[in-house]
Amino acid sequence: MTALLETRKLSVDFGGLHALDGLDFEVHEGEIVSVIGPNGAGKTTLFNAITATVERSTGDIVFEGVSLLGLDPNRVTARGIARTFQNVRLFANMTVLENVMVSQHCRTRQHAFGALFYTPAFRREEAEIRERAEKILSFFGPRLVGYRFDQPAFTLSYANRRRLEIARAMATQPKLILLDEPVAGMNPVESAELTQMIGRLRDEWGFAIVVIEHHMDVVREVSDRVVVLDGGTKIAEGDYEAVSNDPRVIEAYLGHGTET
Amino acid sequence: MTATVAPETAANAPMPARPALAQDWRRLVRMGAVGAVAQIFIALSNMPVRLDERLVVKPILSLGYLCLLIVPFAAGHRVGHQIEREGVPQHTAGAHEVAGGAACGAIAGGGLSLLAVLLANFDLREPLVNWSPMLAELLAFGHTTGFAVVVWLLIGTAVGAAGGGLRLLGPRSQRAAVTMVLTVAGAAVLEPLVVDLAEGMGLEALSDRLYHRRGGVNWTSALVLAAVSGILAVLGRGRMRQAREHIAALEGAKRTRTNLGLIAATAALLVILPLFAGKLTNELAANVGLFVLLALGLNIVVGLAGILDLGYVAFFAVGSYTAAVLTAATSPRIHPELPWLVALIIVVVVTGLVGLFIGAPVIRMRGDYLAIVTLGFGEIIRLIFLSDWLSGWFGGAQGITKIPGAGIFGLTSVAGTDPRRVFYLVLAFCAIAIYVSWRLERSRLGRAWMAVREDETVAEAMGINTVNVKLLAFVVGAVLGSFSGAIFSAKVGSVFPNSFLILVSIVILVVVIFGGMGSIVGVIAGSAVLIGVLGGPKQPGLLAEFSEFKLLIYGALLIWMMLARPEGLIPSVRRSRELHQQEMAQDAWLKGQVEDDNGSDNGNGNNNDGRQAAAAT
Repeated sequence: MTALLETRKLSVDFGGLHALDGLDFEVHEGEIVSVIGPNGAGKTTLFNAITATVERSTGDIVFEGVSLLGLDPNRVTARGIARTFQNVRLFANMTVLENVMVSQHCRTRQHAFGALFYTPAFRREEAEIRERAEKILSFFGPRLVGYRFDQPAFTLSYANRRRLEIARAMATQPKLILLDEPVAGMNPVESAELTQMIGRLRDEWGFAIVVIEHHMDVVREVSDRVVVLDGGTKIAEGDYEAVSNDPRVIEAYLGHGTET
Repeated sequence: MTATVAPETAANAPMPARPALAQDWRRLVRMGAVGAVAQIFIALSNMPVRLDERLVVKPILSLGYLCLLIVPFAAGHRVGHQIEREGVPQHTAGAHEVAGGAACGAIAGGGLSLLAVLLANFDLREPLVNWSPMLAELLAFGHTTGFAVVVWLLIGTAVGAAGGGLRLLGPRSQRAAVTMVLTVAGAAVLEPLVVDLAEGMGLEALSDRLYHRRGGVNWTSALVLAAVSGILAVLGRGRMRQAREHIAALEGAKRTRTNLGLIAATAALLVILPLFAGKLTNELAANVGLFVLLALGLNIVVGLAGILDLGYVAFFAVGSYTAAVLTAATSPRIHPELPWLVALIIVVVVTGLVGLFIGAPVIRMRGDYLAIVTLGFGEIIRLIFLSDWLSGWFGGAQGITKIPGAGIFGLTSVAGTDPRRVFYLVLAFCAIAIYVSWRLERSRLGRAWMAVREDETVAEAMGINTVNVKLLAFVVGAVLGSFSGAIFSAKVGSVFPNSFLILVSIVILVVVIFGGMGSIVGVIAGSAVLIGVLGGPKQPGLLAEFSEFKLLIYGALLIWMMLARPEGLIPSVRRSRELHQQEMAQDAWLKGQVEDDNGSDNGNGNNNDGRQAAAAT
């Protein structure tokens, strides 16, 4: 089975610091992969490198058999990779609905001409954009629909902002979604609910998903496979049980034992 | 819910008035001193002397005295201001406010007394070049210096007390009082316009009654005006807001119909009124229109896409010069003498290309860098037209003259000699610009502009080609600016490089900021107030006497606006959202709380959520 996304010997250097150091990483279609590791392990840098937000130093990133090298971030998104941000970055002053509508930009075509002359094609596309946005938002239950459609995003609660970020990523109609700490800051009830939702994202919408997460119960719940990073390299990989008992992983998190 | 709100309402119950002498003296003296300095500054800028000829109310008040008196009034009013804090009770207004205002006004008025003494005893000509001997005379009302000292103290006290006393009135009477003053002031400011219109409609009798022959509202008419407007203000209180809310609450289709009706009525008025208006009004309206066009163009760039363009005049210049070269027979190198409308098509193409050419390197920068580079390009374009190198093409400092008027399909020709036709032409193009702004804002492209303005990095990560989208905003703005340029050259009949100074860019930007960034109505209102009343960079406004002090007042207005109402005169919903996130987030939180109480929202997680949201913003 060929991988959906594959990084080959991927390195990202910031000056003398190797944030990623020759990383081989792959995601298959319909798979949920968790990326864990201590702070500074290079998890978010991996996301940034895949989405071309930071420049890679060496190595290659291949998506659906085609290299992503040299593409701008917007082209990467157009290829079918969407992401959320660790520190939620919504378009705060746009409404909930607009946030999801604007993210369909790369899947829609109507430009200034259609807007100015209000062509039938323009109207049809606007209706489609809106309909799709409403459908995506209704995935999260009642809390992002109705009067919330027209509320600016900054009025949302923290958990709802995280949900809206996921909705926005879904709206770019990706094949792969990169979730950067999706449950950070949520309470246990919300966190458990979102964990389920990540599963449904795969089952109902068919996305492959990569999750960066620190909450081990979430990781255990959602992951088909867990990848552990430390110091920019992969130190372990496998299902949750195997990884959580791996001595290298324990060492990475807890440090060396005193006797060694 | 009730448990948390009840004590607050109890605490907010007004407290009895404070005794007259229990003043915050430090604050009072500070406020008075600021007033005194402001008055001395205004006096020494020679504004009172210059504006003394323009009467507001005949024969008691001239504009010159008005700008002196307004200071102690404002200081006296301001000193009694209580900062509203939730849970902190407010005192009811009483003798305290009047006494404080009087004291504060006296200090402010004392500034002028001091100045009168200084002017009488020292020769201040050397350091302060602007003042003239007439100032001393004006301050003393033609009497002695001693008289001036006493009288300004008294005037300051009286006016300050009036300012403080305004607080004694209930909110309704306060509004009525403000309306009365504004109506009289408005009548005085609009005098040339009203006289001109009345003449056109054959209502000279009315305007003769209203205004004195040599300017100024007759004091009897002023009283009548004040009374009528006061009564109307009391009767019509809240009606406007009711009407607005009524329209906002209408169903989608009905609201659209009502809005369309309002727009049609406004348009009809704008088409019909000029028929009755004389040269002066039409000239003024045409100037305002030209700036509306420019401001709408800049509004797309700054207001929608968030690109701070300080060199917008470049596109105005390119539009003007291209139209001039293509239509004028006297154009130095090429003179195809095309009809204006044909030339306009080429103007649009050329300016669009110049927009691309300037935009391509500039657009990759962000924030301050971008602003400075656009500032540079604005000057570069002007210097290119000025240069000897290209004087064979554009006439250098001599510019291009004898530009024919704008011919429309051979039907009519629009030239500066007939301001009415110019106005109609400008009106047509403003309509186009409004339509373009309105349509684009509500499209995929407009949403992309907003996203880029909000967070460029994220917009790119969400699949928006930020470079293309921003470039397009730049080009659309450039094209709208070029319309204005092409009309300008046909109207004025000549173009010179020094019509396109950096000042023009600044004025357009001030219009956009003052009116309300991103708001079409706001931008129009901004041009009407700033260009119509104060005047443009070279165009006189209604208060033509102000022309010397125009920039001073622009600056003062801009500062006041940033402090008091940063979202602009008539803000766009989005912009006021940006500036009032905190209040809105709190409101939304309260709303969420109410819904929780009603059990309509989801479970236990949400209380916690809401608090975090309020804390996070």
